[in-house]
Amino acid sequence: MVRLARRALHGLLLLIGVSALSFLLVELAPGDYFAEMRLDPRVSEATLRTLRSRYGLDRPLPERYLRWVASLARGELGYSFAYGQPVGPLLWPRVRNTLLLTVTATALAWMLAVPLGAWWATRRRGPVNAGLAGVTAALLALPDLVLALGLLLLALRTGWFPAGGMVSLGHEQMAWSERVGDVAAHLVLPVTALVLGILPVLVRYVRAGVADALDAPFVRAARAHGIPPRHVMFRHALPAAANPLISLFGLSLAGLLSTSLLVEVVMSWPGLGPLLLEAILARDFYLVLGPVLASTLLLVSGNLVADALLLAADPRIRAAGR
Amino acid sequence: MSRRAGSTLALGALAAVHLAALAAGFLAPYDPTEQNRSLPYAPPARLRFVDAGGTFHLRPFVYPMAEQGPGSGVYGDDRRQAYPVHFLVPGAPYRFAGLLRGRVHLFGVDEPGRILLLGTDGFGRDQLSRLLHGAQISLFAGLTATTLALGVGWLLGTLSGFYGGWVDAALMRGSELFLALPWLYLLFAVRAVLPLSIPPERAFLLLVLVIGLVDWARPARLVRGVVLSARERNYVLAARGFGASDVYLIRRHIAPQTFGLLLTQAALLVPQYILAEVTLSFLGLGVSEPVPSWGNMLADLQHYHVLESCWWMWAPGLVLVPVFLAYYALSEALDRAGPA
Repeated sequence: MVRLARRALHGLLLLIGVSALSFLLVELAPGDYFAEMRLDPRVSEATLRTLRSRYGLDRPLPERYLRWVASLARGELGYSFAYGQPVGPLLWPRVRNTLLLTVTATALAWMLAVPLGAWWATRRRGPVNAGLAGVTAALLALPDLVLALGLLLLALRTGWFPAGGMVSLGHEQMAWSERVGDVAAHLVLPVTALVLGILPVLVRYVRAGVADALDAPFVRAARAHGIPPRHVMFRHALPAAANPLISLFGLSLAGLLSTSLLVEVVMSWPGLGPLLLEAILARDFYLVLGPVLASTLLLVSGNLVADALLLAADPRIRAAGR
Repeated sequence: MSRRAGSTLALGALAAVHLAALAAGFLAPYDPTEQNRSLPYAPPARLRFVDAGGTFHLRPFVYPMAEQGPGSGVYGDDRRQAYPVHFLVPGAPYRFAGLLRGRVHLFGVDEPGRILLLGTDGFGRDQLSRLLHGAQISLFAGLTATTLALGVGWLLGTLSGFYGGWVDAALMRGSELFLALPWLYLLFAVRAVLPLSIPPERAFLLLVLVIGLVDWARPARLVRGVVLSARERNYVLAARGFGASDVYLIRRHIAPQTFGLLLTQAALLVPQYILAEVTLSFLGLGVSEPVPSWGNMLADLQHYHVLESCWWMWAPGLVLVPVFLAYYALSEALDRAGPA
């Protein structure tokens, strides 16, 4: 428990550090949202000054930072100039959508990776080994961008599932169960892209971990005692291989969030990715900070979940924490 | 195929691709920015040996392409005139590897014929020429960004591991901040504060700087680990006992231990950074038109009609696959060979 609390505190400090650093970065950037307006001859210098002072952009840096922190505490996360409203309400639905996408993809990827990797670990030679090695290498070399575009093409050609977006037209009029089905149908494409993107890495790690465990003396001893292979795998090898895999779970989240950013933009999934891109193109700096902080929050909490899992799964760590 | 043959093949393929990129001006038949508005999204031309009359020619030729009705997007061969392919023909001026001026192209056809072996994009620009010139941007963005990231990471990691104490603490806490963000988000955040519309040459430099500097943390932590163990070796302690300076110790005894790690890391990072350039340019945040990069060439695929009906527009994405395969094969070979 102490260990978990310490990790949580560490995560909080990281979040504070990232927020301060990114705020500084954005504030040091040349130009702001209103700088673009200066190019418009109809906007006078005086108007710009009034606008700047209304949004507090003329104040010294420490004061701006404190005001921003205060708005963070209120859940507003600053003010979006392009939307003319606080960032918070714009951000939360996007966070929900990205979470829906990445959680589904993570769950699916691990559910596929563990059995595949474990199976691979028991077949070190022969066609299974060669086949899996070839498939994972090919998937590894396939850029996420090309993968996402390819899936989009598949959806357009076959019409099996909706290409892009999160809901169909007329989603609002649907019954509750129909809405769930609608979103699920739209999830297929981006989730497939994410799962195929991360699966080869996971499968290879699972294989390596389980193979190590299978070679360990205690597993050989178990096998020599005549314990059935299925039992050896589930009772002895997999629990022993769990520790590094759970750590990998935390790491895999970072990769997944990055891939998700791209996939969301390509497939117009209304998550953090498109919002961030839009904010960058509009030079709406507080709106840029929102998705950046949200992604950090997701990553930090994902790592915390991995820590909790590790604590639950590995008695050695429980003993060390005491 | 033996492992040795596999990695030799990978190295050879990479060398060939990079050489082709350097020699883009010579290999490409046209200037990558030369437009031909009457031929938008023309499909690749067929190289032919047998003409309409059934006669066989040793010298290959192409028929000019003509759109069947303006704006229809449907192309057919115009068989009235054949244009034989000539080798080493004069054409648009270019610079070889960015240095030597040249006018001679490997192949071409007589004006007004055009040889479009990979079709054209929406402005009627030759896709093959753009692919070759785009390789210069995309491949070398990956290489230079890797050099930069590993350089900075190596320096900070060595300092951190060698001196320890508050230097180590400060650098490692700093690296944690960089690692707390998903990589692509971090890249976008840094890109966000830089000006949007910049000339292509500066955009390239900026892109390399951003990609390279954002990702120093991971190599730095790995290098630090190696330096920490190297620092305590007996021969290092002995050299220190003889009064060797810090710079000498690092250069002579510690740095060589980190090189294996750097090489393995490089083989992993280059494809990742190539993809970073492609991604940023694809989204309009990187190298901009009219200069071709594999990323902004793929951006055309964001239109559904191009995605569906112009398969040759996928070329930059499909070329990435063998390049990445070769880099992964290389990194696996290095992994097996090296202790790191």
